[in-house]
Amino acid sequence: MSTSLLLLIILLIGFVAYFAGRARSLALSGHKLATLHSLPGYHGSYVAIWAVLPAVLVLGAWLIASPLYIDSAVRSALPDTVQSQGEATVQLALGQVKAVATGLDRLSATEIEAVKDGSANLREALAAKGVALAGEGQPFMVEAAQQFNAMRGYSRWLMSAVVLLVAVVGGLYAMRNLTARFRARNQVERVMLGSLVVASSIAILTTIGIIGSMLSEAGRFFSMVSPAEFFFGTVWDPRFAAAGSEDASGQFGLLPLLGGTLYIAFVAMLFAVPIGLFAAIYMAEYASPRLRSIAKPLLEVLAGIPTIVYGFFALVTVGPFLRDISAQLNGLLTGNYQNFIQAQSVLTAGIVMGIMLIPFVSSLSDDIITQVPRALRDGSLGLGATRSETVKRVILPAALPGIVGALLLTASRAVGETMIVVLAAGVAARMQLNPFEPMTTVTVKIVHQLTGDLEFTSPQTLVAFALGITLFVITLGLNIYALYIVRKYREQYE
Amino acid sequence: MNIMSEAAVEKALDQKMNTVPLKMIGKDVSVYYGEKRALFDVNLNIRENTVTALIGPSGCGKSTFLRTLNRMNDTIENCRVTGRITLDEDDIYDPSIDVVELRARVGMVFQKPNPFPKSIYENVSYGPRIHGLARTKADFDEIVETSLQKAGLWNEVKDRLQEPGTGLSGGQQQRLCIARAVAVSPEVILMDEPCSALDPIATAKVEELIHELRANFTIVIVTHSMQQAARVSQRTAMFHLGNLVEENDTDKMFTNPDDQRTQDYIMGRFG
Repeated sequence: MSTSLLLLIILLIGFVAYFAGRARSLALSGHKLATLHSLPGYHGSYVAIWAVLPAVLVLGAWLIASPLYIDSAVRSALPDTVQSQGEATVQLALGQVKAVATGLDRLSATEIEAVKDGSANLREALAAKGVALAGEGQPFMVEAAQQFNAMRGYSRWLMSAVVLLVAVVGGLYAMRNLTARFRARNQVERVMLGSLVVASSIAILTTIGIIGSMLSEAGRFFSMVSPAEFFFGTVWDPRFAAAGSEDASGQFGLLPLLGGTLYIAFVAMLFAVPIGLFAAIYMAEYASPRLRSIAKPLLEVLAGIPTIVYGFFALVTVGPFLRDISAQLNGLLTGNYQNFIQAQSVLTAGIVMGIMLIPFVSSLSDDIITQVPRALRDGSLGLGATRSETVKRVILPAALPGIVGALLLTASRAVGETMIVVLAAGVAARMQLNPFEPMTTVTVKIVHQLTGDLEFTSPQTLVAFALGITLFVITLGLNIYALYIVRKYREQYE
Repeated sequence: MNIMSEAAVEKALDQKMNTVPLKMIGKDVSVYYGEKRALFDVNLNIRENTVTALIGPSGCGKSTFLRTLNRMNDTIENCRVTGRITLDEDDIYDPSIDVVELRARVGMVFQKPNPFPKSIYENVSYGPRIHGLARTKADFDEIVETSLQKAGLWNEVKDRLQEPGTGLSGGQQQRLCIARAVAVSPEVILMDEPCSALDPIATAKVEELIHELRANFTIVIVTHSMQQAARVSQRTAMFHLGNLVEENDTDKMFTNPDDQRTQDYIMGRFG
């Protein structure tokens, strides 16, 4: 019985259990609802939960445990000649056994016999049936594969039986518990609470897991390259090594990448902050509610555009435009039509990223500006200040901490942005200050180091984790500081 | 619905003209919030150097009327004012009038103390600064000091002018707001329930202050407290359901009102 069919049957049992529980509670109450502690629906849900939940848990546990058990059983049955050759060979043999196991079903009995006594080549026999085998097969593998198939079949059968039994027993147990005064409602509530807790802990555990794996991989990198060389190195030249060769080691200086990241983020903020802030002030202070209800969502649509699309925009439109206009300008001024802005440059990436950030700045700032109490506005207007005087002298100073927080959140987005810079900033890891030249960022280099067919043993690939964790620490720091400021600001008016 | 007949208005007008000059004249003032009408043809005059109290149950339109006097209603979406309001003969709703200048002449103190999140000094010097009433530091210092003195706050804050205004107690904050309004040297000060967020002691101080301010300013105050109206004002206007029910000398209003509804409200039979 396949797993999905099994799940379907469990759900069906749950469905039946729901109506059985409901009907039973109605019968217990003598069809007078007031005598029941909980509504019949809750009794039904309670029984259904007992029928479904334990069965699904057992199913999940079985699906995780049985392959592990079967693997170890098959592995221990492998001949000593294989076992003595070390872990890698055993793993390889195990993989081949599994491939053979898939293929065995497609071979006829005579073919199997032929393969077993060595009169037919295993690899060719299987290849004829469409199963590829990595390496020459050996006769013992057929036996092991047969054992593997048998154990798997048995395990499946047993699992189906046990799981269905658990479902039925669970449902019956819950049915027995039902009485008129039974607090099914509270029980269901507890299950709800439990599932919510599980959902949130999955999110948190995943985060912890990701950080953990990044840390451990970065640790492996730092065992090959010293942290001082990484954090204070000024040359980025990882020198891609051919797979397997250990000797080629490059230079992994973080500073050119970090410099590019911060420079591009700075240029982006230079564009996004004034425009976004002014848009926010207009939305919050001047726009009529009708205009606001139309314009604000439109502005936020900008935030929904995938950043890769901004990337095209930079690559196809903004970059060439800047290049051509710089050539024209140069020609007009000096007569030499040589462009001084590269198509891929800090400026291109900065402008396009700035456009991407405008809705973040404006939306966050708008929320904060509208939070400034109306009383302050009235106070200023009542003294005869104009709207812009009120904005400049009262509202912005009052909202300033919150706006700074919003800008920090935006900056952390700019630092972590990938797709735009991949397409618009270039790949040259250089330390320089000319915004018309290409530079590169941490995220671009992570993409580069991890593109292609890789193995995670050389510093060339592992450096991506060190870069990732560095970026993570920077953005996390920015976010925490921003949230701290925003929260502090909120308290002021509560 | 007009409560006072035309003749009565004329008569009352004559009487007042003979005694105290009128600072502001409201004629047939109506206010609409969108479709809803909040004030119905109110005819109410504000006498110079007099405290005029506006009383009436919640939602009667007294605050709405107060806010028409310096066009603070302009800041409310969909609000429309009809009729005519003059300040020293100038129609304040005339398109040629500069709202900003009007609000400098007709200052306002709000229900909840709303000092700016700036220093005490900055709070008081805010108005003079935006209106260019002073140039040198010494001029500002003087305006700040006299304004705070007029608001009876100088002695309490003179040593901590650079501390934030939001750090003061509620009563002090409200007097700071009064000092802030006074600093612009307005002719009229509007007060919208200035004591409703204050304790009795702070209230007493503000009331005393209103009494003193009367010498230099024309004051209009909205209040929910009958006793406060009786204590601080010389003239009282009673509003009900968007209509002006009665306007009279405060003494007469609280002893022998002309209108039955005023009597009932003052006696606490409704509202």
